[in-house]
Amino acid sequence: MSSKLAKIEKRTAYLLILPSVLLVFSIILFPIFSNIWISFKNVELKDLRIPEPRAKKLVKSINDNPNQIKVIYKLRNSSLTQEITNVKFKDKYPDDIEPISLNNKCQFKSNLLKCELGNWPKKYRENLEIVFQNINNQEISKKELKSYKPKLSGKSQNILLTYEFTLNNFKKVIKDKAFIDLLSTTFYYTFFGTIGAIVFGILAAQMVNQKFFGRTFMRSVLLFPYVAPVVALAYTWELLLDPTSGTLNNLLINYQIIDGPINLLGQKYVTLNILGFDFKLRLALTTVIIFEIWRYFPLAFLFILARLQAVPKELYEAADVDGANPIQKFLNITLPQILAVISILFMIRFIWNFNKFEDIFLLTGGASGTRTLPINVYQQGFSIGDIGMGSAVSIVIVVFLLIFMFIYFKLLGKRADEN
Amino acid sequence: MKIKNIFTYCFISSLFLFSLICIWKILVTLQGIELTNFNFNKLFIFGIILCAINLLIGKKLNLNIKIILLALLFSIFDYLVSINLPIWYSFGIFLISLFFFNNIKDYDKNFLSKNHSSQKLFFNFLTLFGITLFSFVILFPFYMMLVTSFKTQALLLLNPLDFSINFAQGLPELFKSYFIVFKDYNFGRYMLTSTIVSLGTVIITLIFAIPAAYAVARLNFFGKNFLSTSILIIYLFPAIVLVIPLYTIFSQLGLRNSIEGLLIVYTATTLPVAIYMLQGYFKSIPKELEEAGIIDGQNWLGIIFKIILPLSLPAISSVALYVFMIAWNEFLFSLMFLDRPNTFTLSRAIQFLNVGAETPRQYLMAGSVVVTLPILIIFVYFEKYLVSGLTAGSVKG
Repeated sequence: MSSKLAKIEKRTAYLLILPSVLLVFSIILFPIFSNIWISFKNVELKDLRIPEPRAKKLVKSINDNPNQIKVIYKLRNSSLTQEITNVKFKDKYPDDIEPISLNNKCQFKSNLLKCELGNWPKKYRENLEIVFQNINNQEISKKELKSYKPKLSGKSQNILLTYEFTLNNFKKVIKDKAFIDLLSTTFYYTFFGTIGAIVFGILAAQMVNQKFFGRTFMRSVLLFPYVAPVVALAYTWELLLDPTSGTLNNLLINYQIIDGPINLLGQKYVTLNILGFDFKLRLALTTVIIFEIWRYFPLAFLFILARLQAVPKELYEAADVDGANPIQKFLNITLPQILAVISILFMIRFIWNFNKFEDIFLLTGGASGTRTLPINVYQQGFSIGDIGMGSAVSIVIVVFLLIFMFIYFKLLGKRADEN
Repeated sequence: MKIKNIFTYCFISSLFLFSLICIWKILVTLQGIELTNFNFNKLFIFGIILCAINLLIGKKLNLNIKIILLALLFSIFDYLVSINLPIWYSFGIFLISLFFFNNIKDYDKNFLSKNHSSQKLFFNFLTLFGITLFSFVILFPFYMMLVTSFKTQALLLLNPLDFSINFAQGLPELFKSYFIVFKDYNFGRYMLTSTIVSLGTVIITLIFAIPAAYAVARLNFFGKNFLSTSILIIYLFPAIVLVIPLYTIFSQLGLRNSIEGLLIVYTATTLPVAIYMLQGYFKSIPKELEEAGIIDGQNWLGIIFKIILPLSLPAISSVALYVFMIAWNEFLFSLMFLDRPNTFTLSRAIQFLNVGAETPRQYLMAGSVVVTLPILIIFVYFEKYLVSGLTAGSVKG
């Protein structure tokens, strides 16, 4: 009896999870695997259009004979790169019309014109001309003829489904001189974006953890950048930072802090003179990182605040009795308490920042030294139009991701053991 | 009382007062009022003097009278230093200094001679300063978004710092950008699309996720552990590695430029987190309730609908709000899949506005307000639910 129940339970469970598993499999897992497939192929954006046989129908009247009419089909292969095999053609005609002469490819049966047009090589063009007459010697209506549209079908090879593979994409990715630069930009962005968000998150959480007027409102406000749509925020920042009409530059010039406008999003390097040494700062990248921190520190804040509120008050009271100063209290009580949250946050944010696309894309489009790996996927795949290259870069991202995840779950497991 | 403490106290307090004044001055400048100097030297030194006076008076005077007196002194000094400014500017200065002196009113000689008082002082000010600065930095872009949408390109070119709102021109003129955005740029349609897509995603995700989460939380089956760990792993895969294969597949299936295609992708990408959040909550519901249901002769469907769902409404609402937020804000897939204006979502439409021909900035910002406002209203109204959703699902972002 119980085994029967267990069986029912099992069957119900599979029934309940099946739709979700199928959907996630087809939209998330299948694409990740097909990335591997595509990355070994030489595919371009224009190859994605499946070649179609096309026909344009022209109807011409023949001089001094209204009972006859000439129909011209302009046939062509829509693809410039691939051939179409076994093209079939079908068109319908009104009742009392029949062709005068037909070539051997075509047949006319019960108002239907059917043709077998064979194979069309790439860029193929041909005109098919047929003269029709009315059986009852009446005038043929051009309009009626035109109202029927020819139907064509044919087989073509889908470049995605062939078995031709190449290593060229990966060779190009790794041999590219900019690849090291790409990696370093990505890690620079990821690392400083993550650290910055966490530091500001700690500061904000520390502040909001005290009692003051309007604290709940403050907590909502701090989360605004995270919940608002990235498109709106990125464009607002772009307007604020604009070198000629942007508010920030105009304010700084107005208060005589700078002499001329600074193109914060369009300038790759800025040279800073600190203590007599020249430092080259990657300006646009830094700006993008600041935006990143501005947008994502609320998340760190939320996590850390939740943890801070769970820290027992007695610890601080005991420290007060011992005469600890605020810095000691922070370093010896608060920090150890939130360290676990911080390390998890760091890993998760690191992974997500590593994959961040929208923010950089909307602010700079990857220009002036802000090209990261995800931006490169887009540029290779859609700006240059080399889908295979784009996929190869995606694979590079996935490999890094798997390494990060391995470390992350290792750490998580270790933590679970400790507790 | 240590000299060091007095020095830190005066220095930090005055710096804090000055930074408050700076924020006020920036906001005043953005009303088109000509103000080109923060007057750092004069205000800072006068601030130090006033802080020292505050310390000297201590509690000898009624505290309220002390605050008002000091604030008045500071405002008058500021009025004398800066020239030709409207009276509301000085009133603002007065209120700010009132707030400031109210905060330092309790400091006196005794406080400064206590242990660690300079550090405590520093932290107190850091908190106050932090709250002010954080609010300013966070709200400033939102404020600029709003006020820019009420201006015109010509006026902004004339004086790029004048964001004052002219109420005298009448409401239709004031909201002109919004009328144009809805009428000429078709934002009504995009808003409808965004709403349909977001609500659709929420409904479909819930229909898929609730049974799956229930199975993971309650039923025993082969591969359960594997499934629950893979949910998290799948969740960590970003959209950018899915975009090329999905683009190629959707192009060939003719699913691009269709709301259905977008719905499928949004549902699939939010499903793992929805299942993850819901199963955690389902596990917390006492099993006895379900057992009672079984005794009453309910089948699985009955248990989910009559027992689990009513009990987990709060969790379901936070999942729903979180999924709605993700779908409403989503950009990458709408950029890749939609290139015909009749299928645009709001995010895609704004990007289209920006990339296309020189769109005047007030229209761009009006569009941004249109896409931002609904989500902020929802957030503030349902804050409790959304925050718990964010905390649970915030591995993503």
